[in-house]
Amino acid sequence: MEYRFARFLKSLGAASLAAATLAAPLLLASPPAPAHDFIIVASTTSTEQSGLFKHLLPEVKKATGIEVRVVAVGTGQALDMGRRGDADVVFVHDLPAEEKFLAEGFGVRRYPVMYNDFVIVGPKSDPADAKGNDVIAALRRIASAGAPFASRADKSGTHAAELRYWTMAGIEPKGAWYRETGSGMGPTLNTASGMDAYALADRGTWLSFRNRGDLVVLVEGDTKLFNQYGVMLVNPARHPHVKKESGQKFIDWLVSPAGQSAIAAYKIEGEQLFFPDYRPGT
Amino acid sequence: MASPALFPLEARGLGVVLGGHAALERVDFALDGRARVAVLGANGAGKSVLLRALHGLVPPTSGEVLWAGSPARPREQAMVFQRPVMLRRSALANVEYALSVNGIARARLRVRAWEAIDRVGLAHLADRPARVLSGGEQQRLALARAWSLRPRVIFLDEPTTSLDPSAAAEVERVIDEIHAAGTAIVFTTHQLGLARRVADEILFLHEGRLTEHTPVEAFFTAPRSAEAVRFLKGELPWSTASPDS
Amino acid sequence: MHDILSSFGIALRLIAGGNAELWRIVALSLEVSLASAMLACAVGLPLGGLVAVCAFPGRRAMIVALNALLGLPSVVVGLVVYLLLSRAGPLGNLGILFTPKAIILAQALLVLPIVAALARQFVEDAWREYREQLTSLGVSARRAVPTLLWDLRLSLLTVVLAGFGRAASEVGAVMIVGGNIDGVTRVMTTAIALETTKGDLPLALALGMILLTVVLALNAAAYAIREWSARHHG
Repeated sequence: MEYRFARFLKSLGAASLAAATLAAPLLLASPPAPAHDFIIVASTTSTEQSGLFKHLLPEVKKATGIEVRVVAVGTGQALDMGRRGDADVVFVHDLPAEEKFLAEGFGVRRYPVMYNDFVIVGPKSDPADAKGNDVIAALRRIASAGAPFASRADKSGTHAAELRYWTMAGIEPKGAWYRETGSGMGPTLNTASGMDAYALADRGTWLSFRNRGDLVVLVEGDTKLFNQYGVMLVNPARHPHVKKESGQKFIDWLVSPAGQSAIAAYKIEGEQLFFPDYRPGT
Repeated sequence: MASPALFPLEARGLGVVLGGHAALERVDFALDGRARVAVLGANGAGKSVLLRALHGLVPPTSGEVLWAGSPARPREQAMVFQRPVMLRRSALANVEYALSVNGIARARLRVRAWEAIDRVGLAHLADRPARVLSGGEQQRLALARAWSLRPRVIFLDEPTTSLDPSAAAEVERVIDEIHAAGTAIVFTTHQLGLARRVADEILFLHEGRLTEHTPVEAFFTAPRSAEAVRFLKGELPWSTASPDS
Repeated sequence: MHDILSSFGIALRLIAGGNAELWRIVALSLEVSLASAMLACAVGLPLGGLVAVCAFPGRRAMIVALNALLGLPSVVVGLVVYLLLSRAGPLGNLGILFTPKAIILAQALLVLPIVAALARQFVEDAWREYREQLTSLGVSARRAVPTLLWDLRLSLLTVVLAGFGRAASEVGAVMIVGGNIDGVTRVMTTAIALETTKGDLPLALALGMILLTVVLALNAAAYAIREWSARHHG
């Protein structure tokens, strides 16, 4: 009878509602502690977007049993996370900022881990004739030609490096040709691709970037373009809740022969992105 | 323990002003609770307002409503509206709801609700969603709901006005039964036939004033006021005052 | 154009192929959005109902505030929740920053004003119809709230769905408080944002299509339920 069916639906509805109402608080209640331990690592968007972590983290888990949770933000933001105690480890690429972090007492010790390099990408037609292996000369030529240049302008390690190169070139980048996107590597490359502009990018993000348009690598190989990464444990003296054992284990693995060779093994289209360079005692 | 006396139900100098207009003015009467009382009058005479004032839904602007001399509003009363409002649940559940908000224990809800539904002849529709019932059925359901609370008095506002003749007849039967079972009845209506058949006493309102309070036959055969005469002749359908709220 | 079309093709293949990462992201999204919608409704529906029927000092200010909160920028909510949950903040010891719980909290705060404001509107309109009858039956204004909410359940279903839809489409606040951690707090919207910035359109498109489908399906179901109920329940 129709109304019996209606009543059945009603009780079914009531039961589902009850189940859902029970489920919601369960989702909010503390879950059972994960069988493995996890740490929060604040790192940079360029590192994340290069795909390095996707490659490394399963090996970390296998070797140490630790689940590494990476929050990828700009270098400045990553270090701020460390200062607030919202991360256990910071893994960034801006030596001056890292040393400041240490000096302020927020980090325990800095370990150099690896470097990758920056490249300058630009339109195939290269209107400013920037091509070559001298980044400073290239930037001077871009500025004097007034060719469009897309900058991240987001307090990131890449942005800090870019500003250092401009300073070395003796140029203060200003004007309609200098576009500050205030965003990560990917969006900045998207913008550069859309505008046929030059941009400074880390090779990792560039290699995994799929929306290149007319952009190609124009400047590479200058030693100034090497981009050093450092890893630091957030100081448990400042933030007692920091998971110092697991954090240190992660760092130890990164600088171990196993970790260093895992870093070297990461390739995109046959090209190695990151070059491990930890030397004990540094 | 004898239940406290509710009657006489008195209006003393009762006045109600609604929207700047005097819907009721200096109304005085006393009801003993045994007679069935019909409130008659043209549209806008104040019948519905009077019922609502007696039931306690509308506070008096002047004067008072007294139950056995006390202004306190008793709980043992119920009202059935011209268009009863039903909840979106089954007919039975609507009655159960009224019972549960009035403190009837959960174990007793179903039994008492069934009793009430059965007495108005709606047992076969108990599980039907109340809102799909016909007008007459909903009116009877409203009566069942009110009656299930075992009130000492039920107010009915135009109980059969919106109904077709057969539905009206059924509702009339239920009203008779309710009274026979000992509940006082006070109702308003346009339908003079209903008033004549069902009522013992008539309260006749004209433009917010109580013009007559007489036994039913006396009212219909020998009305005392000029307004009542014109009303019975059908010459007073609309009041010059604004309509009942 | 060819780019978009080929992306669509790859997207469809990803969906059909049962890509594990894809469906993990979808499952997490649905879970957190459902939880936050339920949380927001558990608080917002009664709140809206009470504001609708009860007279209390400051009621009108409350209504204005609720309506104003409808325009609350989500990144502001994200920022505030982040500051609350950060270790440097008052609730830091809960340790829920960068976990799904933080997302649920932020989304619930975003959805709450929507649910409360809409519920208030519905209940206020219904109260006008029900007030006399309920008062006559001896129901106080406060007691009437759950009755009205239940009676309006079909209309409120659209409110719940609106809340869920709002939760499921949130990006900014989720990014801030969740951290978009791969496998932990990466939901459909933040994954779409990430893949788009990486220029990986097929995955982003696939996720977008699924998200749209989910929301469409829920709304279609709600519509069907309302139609069926109107026919059978009046």
